[in-house]
Amino acid sequence: MSDVALALGGASFDGLVNIEELAGQGMVTLRGDLSDTTIISAVKDVFGVTLPGTRETAFDGAQGALWMSPDEALLLCPYEEALQRADELSAKLHGSHALVVNVSDARAVFRLKGVMLREVIAKLAPVDMSPDAFTPGMVRRTRMAQVAAAFWMDDANTARIVCFRSVAAYMFGILSVSADDASAVNHFTR
Amino acid sequence: MLLINCPYCGVAAEETELHAGGEAHLKRFGPDSSDDDFTGYLFHRENPKGVHFERWRHVNGCGKWFHAARCTNTLEVFGTYSAQTTEPPKDLLDTLRAKRPGFKWRNIA
Repeated sequence: MSDVALALGGASFDGLVNIEELAGQGMVTLRGDLSDTTIISAVKDVFGVTLPGTRETAFDGAQGALWMSPDEALLLCPYEEALQRADELSAKLHGSHALVVNVSDARAVFRLKGVMLREVIAKLAPVDMSPDAFTPGMVRRTRMAQVAAAFWMDDANTARIVCFRSVAAYMFGILSVSADDASAVNHFTR
Repeated sequence: MLLINCPYCGVAAEETELHAGGEAHLKRFGPDSSDDDFTGYLFHRENPKGVHFERWRHVNGCGKWFHAARCTNTLEVFGTYSAQTTEPPKDLLDTLRAKRPGFKWRNIA
């Protein structure tokens, strides 16, 4: 099998936070009625998690599910397993009104690590990033500067951002600027 | 700046996360309609100073279309509701009647 080529070859940046383009993130998009019991149990079987509620995430180790809209979820797993799991889920949902696609190569994923990550994100997205409003366990689909993105926090100091692969370089650029050492506002860490 | 609650994902979405979709509750007149009906459907729009019903799309978010009732003068957002309807919900109309007595928008008052 050919090698997986990341959009930016695993670029990284150190500043207010550490930014790294993640390799090995498998992503499968699911569209369908997320309250349908057939769909819920099929996702549980193949991805090991119960579909999350509105704007929530569900994780079990490397596998997980993100709420994307009332009829869309993004399912996560290791990259090498994405294709097979998508096929498996698709087979289980045969006959249901649902769509399953492996989008691992259509997206880029960045990981932010550091106590300043709320500030780095808040500079780019029209989202209330205060610790009271946005917590680990939530996912937010929004825009970052001029491109669509979704992000969630794995813990207080780690966040992951998903965007289209075609705008990966732009995303890395704006994140790096936002995380520039000289640009600290210290809004959330005061 | 507008903050509009998306009825589908429940976030108070900022204006730049949304896209305006024009007037709400238009009734389509198709090929066999009269010229007057078709002209009205295609061109005639309300342009009120006050209460207005609009379509919006949470384009940088859940991607769903929804309806909003808004004041074009003060930019107050009275409420949002599902796109799968041909008229505003009753509780929203009650709110509007209380807040803006005597408002009129097409055949809604």
